[in-house]
Amino acid sequence: MANKLITCTINGKKKEYFVDVRSSLMEMLRGSAGLDSVKHGCDVGECGACTVLIDGLPYNSCIYLAIWAEGKTILTLEGLSDVKGAISDIQQAFIDEGAVQCGFCTPGFIMSSIPIITSEHPYGREEIRKQIAGNLCRCTGYVKIVDAIEKTQKKRIRERQES
Amino acid sequence: MYDFKELHEAGSVAEALRLTKEHPGALILAGGSDILIKLREGKLAGCELISIFGIDELRGICLEEDGTILIRPLTSFTAVSTHPVIRQHIPVLGEAVDQIGGPQIRNIGTIGGNICNGVTSADSASTLKAYDAMLEITSAEGTRVLPFAEFNLGPGKVDLRAGELLTGIRIPKESWERTYGHYIKYAMRRAMDIATLGCSVNVRLSADKKKIERLRMAFGVAAPIPVRAHTAESTAEGQPIDEALLTRISEAVIADITPRSSWRASKEFRLHLAKEIALRAVKAAVEKAGGSING
Repeated sequence: MANKLITCTINGKKKEYFVDVRSSLMEMLRGSAGLDSVKHGCDVGECGACTVLIDGLPYNSCIYLAIWAEGKTILTLEGLSDVKGAISDIQQAFIDEGAVQCGFCTPGFIMSSIPIITSEHPYGREEIRKQIAGNLCRCTGYVKIVDAIEKTQKKRIRERQES
Repeated sequence: MYDFKELHEAGSVAEALRLTKEHPGALILAGGSDILIKLREGKLAGCELISIFGIDELRGICLEEDGTILIRPLTSFTAVSTHPVIRQHIPVLGEAVDQIGGPQIRNIGTIGGNICNGVTSADSASTLKAYDAMLEITSAEGTRVLPFAEFNLGPGKVDLRAGELLTGIRIPKESWERTYGHYIKYAMRRAMDIATLGCSVNVRLSADKKKIERLRMAFGVAAPIPVRAHTAESTAEGQPIDEALLTRISEAVIADITPRSSWRASKEFRLHLAKEIALRAVKAAVEKAGGSING
């Protein structure tokens, strides 16, 4: 089977991988790039555990061909930490609000929340729920996840107004 | 790994047409949110794919000089629902595709893929049917224009012949101008679910907003393919708007649909649903148009 050279930007760094054209982006990110936050969940785009941002929008990397990543900018949970490796405010909020139980769905939820917390639009709780509707959590019951996203969104809006 | 045999990438429409000629049995892969999942289910092992995902000339929406709305088939559901032309002129189409899956699926799924799959539950199909969409289908021999009304040949079967590619979806100005639409998707969950039944309507009211000048209505999952409700439409034509008219429209729907029982819902429930959501959708569209029920 054919392989193809793929060049893309992952978490701010230019990367090249020589991938089997049958691979999913999830397989490339976990396998070649070693980014284990990209969870291997349902494999069919139902659970959202493998969610990453491609050019700023959330996608299920399990139903996205690795070869489609050519020239794209990809962000995974690993890319949220600062240069010293400290976690971001949204990750801290998930911890503080008790939005993590088994933790398997957490990276996907956090990646789905990035467009919300970086938006100028103040999302209400219902709007937040709609934006995370493609992610499943079987532990928390979602309330604390919405709490963590809402809290971070408000904090970021406050910070932008102050600066 | 997906277990397809071969994948050919097309970077342009011309290249895609050449590839379909060279590989007549190959499936066209747009966003992949149906085909890649079928592969995972072990239903398409060993198939050949032609990826058209990289053809940027097949993305985008614009208003043509004569007022026709042109939607290129690779436009994602997210791009459809957020596009200013859609929001301004046919917001109901954006509202319909905004009910598909979840955000991730709406980012990858394409409106062309939605209708080329030929399933009756396609959320974009009923609205496109109700707006008399015209399809631009291109092959090496040239381009043919086909009314979307004639596109669905049976469940999962559409009038796309070997070597042909859907390259445009057009909604003529005559069809969308002065209309107000409403889409109701009935499903068990509010996200990540397939419609049990869907109904898209649009109305054009008389100048005094007392009469329905024109009604357009189409259903998903009410028949083996997405269908127009011509009986219900003609019941409304030129009629004064009141509760009695809404009831007559809703009763007329029965003549237009042939739902079946499936594990999602029984035929009887679907018939009941069709009448009820048709009534509610017409009411909502009339209200959006500035009309009111009972004067």
